[in-house]
Amino acid sequence: MTAPAEFSPWTDPSAKPLIRFTGVTKRFGDFTAIDNVDLDIFEKEFFALLGPSGCGKTTLMRMLAGFEMPTEGLIELDGQDIAPVPPNKRATNMMFQSYALFPHLSLRDNIAFGLHREKMPKDRIAARVDEMLKLVQLEPFASRKPHQISGGQRQRVALARCLAKAPKLLLLDEPLGALDRKLREETQFELMDIQEKTGTTFVIVTHDQEEAMTVASRVAVMDHGRLVQVATPAAIYETPNSTYVADFIGDVNIIEGKAEPGDGIMGIAWAEGQPNLTGASDLTLASGATVFMAIRPEKVRISAEKPEGAANAVAGKVLDIAYLGNISTYHVELPGGQVIKAQTANTDRIARRDFTWEDAVWLSWSATAGVVLER
Amino acid sequence: MRRFSWFNATALTLGFAFLYLPMLILIIYSFNGGRLVTVWSGFSTKWYGELFRNEAFLDAAWVTLKVAVFSSTIATVLGTMAAYVLIRGGRFLGRTLFSGMIYAPLVMPEVITGLSLLLLFIGIGLDRGILTIVLAHTTFSMCYVSVVVSSRLVTFDRSLEEAALDLGCTPFDAFRLVTLPIIAPAVISGWLLAFTLSLDDLVIASFTSGPSATTLPIKIFSAVRLGVSPEINALSTLLIAIVAVGVITASLVSKRAIIRRQRDEQAAIKAVA
Repeated sequence: MTAPAEFSPWTDPSAKPLIRFTGVTKRFGDFTAIDNVDLDIFEKEFFALLGPSGCGKTTLMRMLAGFEMPTEGLIELDGQDIAPVPPNKRATNMMFQSYALFPHLSLRDNIAFGLHREKMPKDRIAARVDEMLKLVQLEPFASRKPHQISGGQRQRVALARCLAKAPKLLLLDEPLGALDRKLREETQFELMDIQEKTGTTFVIVTHDQEEAMTVASRVAVMDHGRLVQVATPAAIYETPNSTYVADFIGDVNIIEGKAEPGDGIMGIAWAEGQPNLTGASDLTLASGATVFMAIRPEKVRISAEKPEGAANAVAGKVLDIAYLGNISTYHVELPGGQVIKAQTANTDRIARRDFTWEDAVWLSWSATAGVVLER
Repeated sequence: MRRFSWFNATALTLGFAFLYLPMLILIIYSFNGGRLVTVWSGFSTKWYGELFRNEAFLDAAWVTLKVAVFSSTIATVLGTMAAYVLIRGGRFLGRTLFSGMIYAPLVMPEVITGLSLLLLFIGIGLDRGILTIVLAHTTFSMCYVSVVVSSRLVTFDRSLEEAALDLGCTPFDAFRLVTLPIIAPAVISGWLLAFTLSLDDLVIASFTSGPSATTLPIKIFSAVRLGVSPEINALSTLLIAIVAVGVITASLVSKRAIIRRQRDEQAAIKAVA
């Protein structure tokens, strides 16, 4: 058996994107919802648009569906400009945040709705609907109305309804927002499974970073109508390109300082009378420029003695301990007053805990653990 | 349960007596055997028989029914369209003005509506008859339909229409296949309201009717001026019955729709929780 070839068409310069945004801007009156966006999305991708509410991610998706028109710029689907194509003629289907199931139709008729519009023969519609009901495991409920099923089931009907037409591109607007946490996690894996089975390109809008990280092949982090970073979940997490992205995805400590560039190593003067922090970096910065070191709490080690040979080591005292069951987060106050979070996995039972409040401790991390950022 | 109180009971009785005693007397006297309206002389249904032999009354009743059916149907179509555009049309020039103007006829004195329509019909040389009454009734009952339908459309989830478009509907199909079936209860109660309003209108009809067509309310009004006859009592009793059935049906239809919507929402909340 061979491992599947890694799926990364975005690294292949000859690959043709399914969707291409070129200089797309959308204004509502004076408000700029989308600000000069360039973006390629490839076939079979599970692409996540991630950002806080009001960042423009839903507007970007609604432009793909045809409910909003770009003020400037070009959106191509399969190499064709889609601006003149109305929503009912586009090879895209959208799953709405409210699911938008038709309350007066049974689940079967809801799923068949789009197929009837295509004037597909009756027997083929029936076969396709059965196939979809099977895919989302709702066969026993086919004749029920949407208000006679649970929220999780409605979510699956909505998904089946937009998959039935076998769209080139499926748009999902906060598809799991209305589900409770446990169901949401299960459904995330179901979504990935279905995406893989059908080979459809998915674009998902979400404000939940965990959801984006779990399901997506690539994530676009948005802020104020701009794409801040577009990369794989691992790249977004480990090599964020700005403090905004680092802070938005997961937990992070950000230490501000002045750059003291070396050869492949950035020294950061961060506090009076303290040795410089060092991080691996190929940024070319003037000496004395403002830089930030972003370091994830799980990459900070906490110890009682000063560790030997660590690239970065700072002393502080334990201010607070957050016990989360599987992990504990120590909030450690440094002499300058800054608080750094360090996480340890609780591999042993709670009975033996190394540190407690007010303990003097050392925090340390390697030169490659943190990311040096310009902004 | 609240304790029974003599004060409440008295207030309730007096209130209802004030509202319904006149009608009750009318209904009772419609079954009076004698010709004198104010003297009871035994139970009889003969005036109902007389009524059904009176050609003039039957003609007027037939005209009234036709006018009511046509005008309420046209008013429902136009009123629903107006409501749809005003709620869904987004911001277009003069939208506020239009939505204000839709409600104006509700508060306009009927005499003025009637008079202005009369002037219009004379101006364009339209002979007064069934057609003019239908047009006039459509004009004023359309606003009521539009009010009823637009209050339903306000709470209508827009993404349902977008979903229909997304699945391949033309905008008209989206309205026909998704919006209309869902707002149907409001459209039906709008129709019933328009129908009832047309049935009992006297003022506007008397401005816009001609010698060729007279509606029942006009007929009754002119007959009463020559003296109240037991026949009129019988006719009025029938009208009360028809209007009561119409109003009760309209409120039942909309009440059922509300209950069903609430039940669905409850079910949805439960399913999510």
